[in-house]
Amino acid sequence: MHVTLKLFATLSRFTPDSGDRYPIAPGTTVKHLLEKLGVPEDDVRLIFINGIKGHLASTLTDGDRLGIFPPVGGG
Amino acid sequence: MTAWGSSRLWEEDEFLRTQIIEKLKTISRPKKYPDDTDYTSISLENIPSLATSFKVDSRKIEIIALEEGMVPERYARNMKTFSPEDQASLLKSQVSIVGLGGLGGTVSEILARTGIGTLNLIDGDRFEASNLNRQFLSTYETMGQYKTEAAVKRIKEINASITVRRYDEYLDDKNSDALIRRSDVVVDCLDNITTRFILENASKKAGSPLVSAAVAGLSGQITTIFPEDQGLKLIYGRPDDLKSKGAEASLGCLPSAVSVLAAFETAEVVKIILGRGPLLRNKLLIIDLLDNITEVLDLL
Repeated sequence: MHVTLKLFATLSRFTPDSGDRYPIAPGTTVKHLLEKLGVPEDDVRLIFINGIKGHLASTLTDGDRLGIFPPVGGG
Repeated sequence: MTAWGSSRLWEEDEFLRTQIIEKLKTISRPKKYPDDTDYTSISLENIPSLATSFKVDSRKIEIIALEEGMVPERYARNMKTFSPEDQASLLKSQVSIVGLGGLGGTVSEILARTGIGTLNLIDGDRFEASNLNRQFLSTYETMGQYKTEAAVKRIKEINASITVRRYDEYLDDKNSDALIRRSDVVVDCLDNITTRFILENASKKAGSPLVSAAVAGLSGQITTIFPEDQGLKLIYGRPDDLKSKGAEASLGCLPSAVSVLAAFETAEVVKIILGRGPLLRNKLLIIDLLDNITEVLDLL
């Protein structure tokens, strides 16, 4: 199983080399994946799976597109 | 005033309107759009002189011209995307812009050129050198000036028909209800998360839709919130749990991302006023200019 990962803004530094096709085990949640990548949970504000809002507890499936955002407030 | 008095006033207004229309017809000129179709043009110079001779606002002259199918030349390249009736609706509308920095400076410029009739500008900040990378109203000349002062000057240089109201105050819990009175649209161009929640609350109380954008580095987001919508908590979570600054504290704000999001905000404002096109309610449009990403995400 693989997912496509996009980490935005300050979180982009946690993007693995294989972000376009990142291997996961069946049953992996967003929370598991972020822990594996070393992304601090407090820095995560929005989670999108295939363009729809998800949660830390959401379970990922093969081919999912996962987007992770920190809080953004500038102008 | 008695019913008779109201009627008389209306007749006088109608008489004045008829006089203005007759004058507009005599000074109008036939022109062609670039696609070779015909329109009736009113020149830029004729608007203020008519306003002076009839003792009315130049905006009123432009609205009457448009309602009669004549196009003030300054709006000629808005036409066909907008009808003359659409342009008149924009001139009759009122938009409040909160924050006159990167987003707000560009939003005020675009809305002035679009022909939004009344702009309320709210910001207590003054320009400093670190604004120069992205805030189009910041120049050597405007350093130390109120941002609202520079914005009023710029808008008047672009379009003297627009009514501009200036409030040199930072929005906070105490003044938000007084500053955010009912507008057709309120535009969030702020630079911190805490004040965005204050603005959302005030906009909801005023019954006004809010267009909200935020930037960090080359990334950013925009959404539209109507009074009955859940709004910012869908994006940021509970306001009590948040720091005031987000990723922009370490990434800054780049002028390319700021300009793209300001442009999206103004498109959303026009769509709300004209009731046309899909809005970003309960959706978040995100951009990342490093990776060429633009995507609309569902918040519900």
